[in-house]
Amino acid sequence: MTRDTQRGGDDGGRETTDEPGDTTDGSEGATDGSDETPHPEPGVPRVGRDEQPSIFVPDEGDSAGGDAAGLSDRAATDGGVESATGGSDSADLDPDAYDPVDVFPGGDLDLREGADSCYKCTSCDTSCPVAEVDEEFPGPKFQGPEQWRLKRKDDHDIDESITSCSNCMRCDSACPSSVPLSQMHNEARGQFVEEQMEKLSREYIRNRILSNYRFFASIASKVPRLANAAAKIPGAMTIGEKVLGIAGERDFPEFATQTFREWWRERGGAQVENPDKRVAYFHGCYSNYNTPEVGKAMVRVYEHFGYEVMVPPQKCSGTPMFANGMLKDARRHAETNVENLVEAIGEGADVIASCTSCSLSLRQEYPELFDIHGIEDVSEHTFEALEYLRIHEDLDDELAGTELADEQSFAYHAPCHARNQGLSRQAVETFRDVEGVEMEDVGDSCSGISGTYGWKEEKYEKSMEIGAEMFEHMEDAEGDVGMTECPTCAMQMEHGTGYEIKHPLQLLEDTVA
Amino acid sequence: MAIDSDVLVVGGGIAAITSAVAAAREGADVRLVSHKSSTLRQASGLIDALGYVPATEPATPLREGPPTAGRELDRDEWPDPEGPLSDPFEGIERLPDSHPYRIVGAEALREGLALFDDLVGDAYRGGHTDRNALVPTFGGSVKPTARYPAAAEAGLASDNRPTLIVGFRSLTEYDARAFAGRLEAAGVPFDVAGAEVEFVEAFRADTKVTRIAKALDHDEEIDGTPAREALAKAVAPHLHDAEDEAGGVERVDRVGFPAFLGDDRGNEVRAELADRLGADVFEIPMGPPSLPGLRLEDRLYDALADAGVRFETGNPVVGIDAAADGRVEAVGVDRKGRETPYAADAFVLATGGLVGKGLDSDRDGVREPVFDLHVDQPTDRYEWFVDDVFGDQPYARFGVRPDERCRPLDADGEVQYENVFAAGGVVGGADVAREKSASGVSLATGVTAGREAATEANE
Repeated sequence: MTRDTQRGGDDGGRETTDEPGDTTDGSEGATDGSDETPHPEPGVPRVGRDEQPSIFVPDEGDSAGGDAAGLSDRAATDGGVESATGGSDSADLDPDAYDPVDVFPGGDLDLREGADSCYKCTSCDTSCPVAEVDEEFPGPKFQGPEQWRLKRKDDHDIDESITSCSNCMRCDSACPSSVPLSQMHNEARGQFVEEQMEKLSREYIRNRILSNYRFFASIASKVPRLANAAAKIPGAMTIGEKVLGIAGERDFPEFATQTFREWWRERGGAQVENPDKRVAYFHGCYSNYNTPEVGKAMVRVYEHFGYEVMVPPQKCSGTPMFANGMLKDARRHAETNVENLVEAIGEGADVIASCTSCSLSLRQEYPELFDIHGIEDVSEHTFEALEYLRIHEDLDDELAGTELADEQSFAYHAPCHARNQGLSRQAVETFRDVEGVEMEDVGDSCSGISGTYGWKEEKYEKSMEIGAEMFEHMEDAEGDVGMTECPTCAMQMEHGTGYEIKHPLQLLEDTVA
Repeated sequence: MAIDSDVLVVGGGIAAITSAVAAAREGADVRLVSHKSSTLRQASGLIDALGYVPATEPATPLREGPPTAGRELDRDEWPDPEGPLSDPFEGIERLPDSHPYRIVGAEALREGLALFDDLVGDAYRGGHTDRNALVPTFGGSVKPTARYPAAAEAGLASDNRPTLIVGFRSLTEYDARAFAGRLEAAGVPFDVAGAEVEFVEAFRADTKVTRIAKALDHDEEIDGTPAREALAKAVAPHLHDAEDEAGGVERVDRVGFPAFLGDDRGNEVRAELADRLGADVFEIPMGPPSLPGLRLEDRLYDALADAGVRFETGNPVVGIDAAADGRVEAVGVDRKGRETPYAADAFVLATGGLVGKGLDSDRDGVREPVFDLHVDQPTDRYEWFVDDVFGDQPYARFGVRPDERCRPLDADGEVQYENVFAAGGVVGGADVAREKSASGVSLATGVTAGREAATEANE
């Protein structure tokens, strides 16, 4: 199967590329057609091609030659460029092959320095929500630096327990030595799935389905009512459990009758034009297919602050794929995302996401795992939506003196992936001076669902055990509406307490817009 | 646009939290930024103020000649440290002039401890007196400390009730019998026995202590028996293990466990075990991962939120973003690749010492990486250390040198920035490991730096 056909299949009919709201249309046309056409914007790579070693290649020629020279040079040497570090043998690099960033000779991700920084203080193990409920799980220290060292021997298999890591990335924030634990886990998991996992096994197929949620969501959302009804047919989830190993206790998320992108197209795209204040919205799968109200809130709030919102074509951020070791799938999606986001960045936009796992993926996991031209640019320009406003607008001033018409108390849970970005307190602090809003932080426990983890039949109980503390704290809290930035945390919060769950952007919309 | 506050505290440990709360109580709008989860979770949870006054000069002078690694001294040539001190305050005046306690004053330590007592409430003991308590630590020694968790209360070494120390075969870092032996050798005034019991064996060999704590918190069933009952049953047969001086059998009055007796519901777990065993139950602080450290971290961060301090953990402060007229206007925070300026009227640097990465070192020197403050150190690397591992190591005292308001001084002894203050492990001059003074130094400098920063910001 060639890459293109694979892509077409996964794309759910490429519904994303020809929408009027996409502000990227014009430039895409200019770059798509000819390899020789220089892109009008600096820093924007040509579209539709993988440039494996390029971020390690010094800009060819001098700056006088400009980007045009650089790009055509690269085109001429595509696939044969020597890495600046002298390491990558790019001729051997197959863009579709398993490829965490190839930095040093030998083709393996060299994490030696990270492994050496570990002084075994076990802070990571102490912060691991899985180790807290599962004594079979050896913990992040073993999965990371210790296993990395063991793997140096060719005959050493990856321990199967790596599939029990839920990729919450708490170990990253806990490590005082900045050991790249989650990068090590992602890499080991990718290798395990690639080399040791039986591709016809029920588990592999199940994981592939779970991690490619977007593919199925894109089909289901074509017929949302039918899909929703089908999920409610008695026994539907039991079949899912028996056949595929998907936790039967869970309710499949409802599909919106109109996706965010459909809404965006219908309203005619951006209502505010502003070349000085632009953001490219990475809505992710969930706010597109399931909770478009979050995306709409984002648009209305940002337009209230005078931003021009762009909605570039995009695929899954890759988070569920990393968590299931499906690095090939993730890379394919990352290529599309980087391509389109870099283009938006070239037009002066910063990238914002309303899902904290999406923003973390673009910011941290992308450059850690893949070497795609422009990937560092995307990382540097990506922010979480509320974070971005707190940096660039005087939200405190804006919110001072505002009040929520109907008083409301919220039980706020900070997702693990928000913690990792330093965002665990943002909602509580943003709304603390708004009249009529009570926001209670329900503590630092993990919700336990960790994306696809809690959807697996064999992990369901552990997922609920991890979440038990959060459920208790939510029920103890004043409010009976939950709040969080993460779609799957929201699912778990709802599942465990029956509360309605909102996104901080929706509250911000109610308050200012 | 920058993120503004009156006082910005950089760091996340005891010193950072103390200074943030102290500044907030002076009316300042305070923000705290720390890179990683606090190293508090690796700490014992004991609050040491001053346990020993170690000698800084050998009994006989160093060998003549240029300083080299060959500065060999017989360990016997060092006078014994003075201590354990029963009163930390009375030892302060015998510390070197450059010690932070001498610079900020004994009153600052008193205020720091008072603030700590206020923040932790009934979770800690020892606040009723100036005197140090003697707490057994898991190395088998007895440590003088100013404040200790309520969970450790029944284990104080000054108590003379017969004691059982419980260990678990699969918990390899902790050998109960050896521990009990060392306590006896240390001359504790009570009879003590150690016993290994089977309980942890119900879990896998390398189970994390957090897993055991969670099982006890929730009283999970272990092979059909609730965890707390199972643990009590495992310990019960050893309640008569202690021997009195005549060799007779004696029932113990208190039982010590490694510190894993629950997390959120520790009090409940201890009470139930005590009830089932008919003896007081206490925890012995352990090395990392340390539940007493984790519990203290939780407690202090709750207090921080209550004090109205804004805080974020997860992104490092990477340097000064803007400075003018001898003042820092903003620092840069690296938010996953993009540097964002955080402006403030005053800054408190509380990033810790070498372990907390507040100081950075290589073969050429020791640096303070955020503000690039002056760190006092001999230029000759061979003068950084002496051969006696437990001796007066010069590197142990490396750090920034503060004035009496905790403002770091440059190489000439002048204030480096008018509005930058330093607290905790990044401050030099104390050998906290030998003195048992780490928390006290953090509290004393934290309360001073926080208050002074608020004063500076209010001007």
